[in-house]
Amino acid sequence: MERVAVLGAGMTRFMRRAQETGKELAWEAARMALDEAGLTLKDVECVALVSAPDAFDGVHMKGEYLADGAGATRKPFMRSFVGGGSGVFAIIHGWYHVASGHFDTCLVVAEEKMSSTMPHPQAAFNTIYDQFTERPLGVNLLWIFALEMNRYMQVHKIPLETIAQVSVKNKLNGLDHPCHQEGITPGPDLTVKDVLDSEIMVWPVHRLMVSPVTDGAAALVLASERVAKRMTDKPVWIEGVGWHLDSSYWTNRDLYYPKYVEYAARMAYRMAGITDPRKEIHVVEPYDPFAYKELHHLEGLLLADKGEAPRLLEKGVFNRDGELPSCPSGGLLGVGNPIAAAGTMKVAEIFWQLRGEAGARQVARPVKRGLAQAWGDLMQVGTVVVLGR
Amino acid sequence: MMKPQNARGVPLKDEDLKVGKVLTTEWRVKADYAWDCGIAIGRYFDGLKEGKILATRCRRCRRTVVPPRIFCEWCFKPMDEWVEVRDTGRVNTFSVSYFSWDMTPLEKPEVPAVVEIDGCSPGVGFMHLLGEVGDNLDEILRRVKVGMKVRAVWKPADQRTGAITDILYFKPEEE
Repeated sequence: MERVAVLGAGMTRFMRRAQETGKELAWEAARMALDEAGLTLKDVECVALVSAPDAFDGVHMKGEYLADGAGATRKPFMRSFVGGGSGVFAIIHGWYHVASGHFDTCLVVAEEKMSSTMPHPQAAFNTIYDQFTERPLGVNLLWIFALEMNRYMQVHKIPLETIAQVSVKNKLNGLDHPCHQEGITPGPDLTVKDVLDSEIMVWPVHRLMVSPVTDGAAALVLASERVAKRMTDKPVWIEGVGWHLDSSYWTNRDLYYPKYVEYAARMAYRMAGITDPRKEIHVVEPYDPFAYKELHHLEGLLLADKGEAPRLLEKGVFNRDGELPSCPSGGLLGVGNPIAAAGTMKVAEIFWQLRGEAGARQVARPVKRGLAQAWGDLMQVGTVVVLGR
Repeated sequence: MMKPQNARGVPLKDEDLKVGKVLTTEWRVKADYAWDCGIAIGRYFDGLKEGKILATRCRRCRRTVVPPRIFCEWCFKPMDEWVEVRDTGRVNTFSVSYFSWDMTPLEKPEVPAVVEIDGCSPGVGFMHLLGEVGDNLDEILRRVKVGMKVRAVWKPADQRTGAITDILYFKPEEE
């Protein structure tokens, strides 16, 4: 198995509604990643692409539609999709291409344009529910998050104030991200009270605990050790990858703990030779489409005991200057949530953190190893990557 | 130096589309579907029509599940038997929704819940709505508790169609 490095990362601004088409967004992100890697399209041997359901765009076979913008013309091309988990699945998928020895370079592109469905992508989202036993009840997507969040809060007796603190941390972090979606953070003096005073959408979920609808793209350039050593003095290596899927009978399992995230993390830790993740992971970007999800996922990643993440948050452990900085980018709550591209933005953040290039977002502690995680489908998929230098 | 640098993208406001500042092309999808309910859900819905909740049981995995399926996804063998379970259960989790399926605000909130069904394996249930629990958040939070016992309220027999909505909602039940 070949060792695989990340040579460059790129992204567009994250926007509620972008003037650019999906193809144009994909091209902008891919171009930045190639520039940063010091490569051109002719150096790219294959392309791995992720994008969420075709229904968002109303464009069937969206992978093929996006392929030109993703640099895949006349190249081996593959699209994968695991809902919100896709953004980290993308690098796993790209890793396979290079680790197999088939290719020396792979361009990984993640694109999402959610604003095309009018007036809101909700109707497309609802089709994730079971068409026989769930959709006829008049579901909306927030229901399942509210149900999971309440279960998590009830089992561990977590106060709503603590969950609101996640929103404050990430939204303030996001102000330092040049790509953050306009208006995603109400202001630099955002407080827990503001979050709790924001509209209740589906209790216990308040508006400021939800990541927004976003257009945007992100991209990565991967290379084999042979190429990486010629191209850079600061290679960032893919040390571990893991992914795992649980049953779509989601009402038959206890939502308080994401077991599938744990299995994905264990797989990645094993590959990376990590035995004590709390000491060996120095910065983390867990998936945070909703405020409670960051805590839920930190537990699934074994970076906190079950029910312990809220207390560590209160102690400031997950702040940028804390012992285990979490979502220093601002995450989905503070930068934006273009579904499939959101996780790739997180991988890009870990890449920039490891190279010491995150500027105002750079975490205080020295970092040699970081983790990005995404999540998706019907509360059922976990995707994990460990990067190190 | 802070990455990413000079990221591109032109943000638009809804207003820009309305006043024609940027051009758009519109398209309306007409897509109707009729799904065959299949073997397991077909029989489940037949049961609902008769006012019964049917589950399937796997003896190897010692598991009784709803919604029923014809195979056990754990051992991948056929399910061994159909069993009628009760129309009572306990609230596993619930929420209070102020928005409809298409994000239209609701005046009276709905109360979606996962109900663990009596007679199924522990922790096994399905999603439905709770009713007769109040009209506003305070009242609902006072009356609904995780772990509380609930009972199905059925549509009148002559109005049932063999659908999940043959159960109107679950209501609190005295212990």
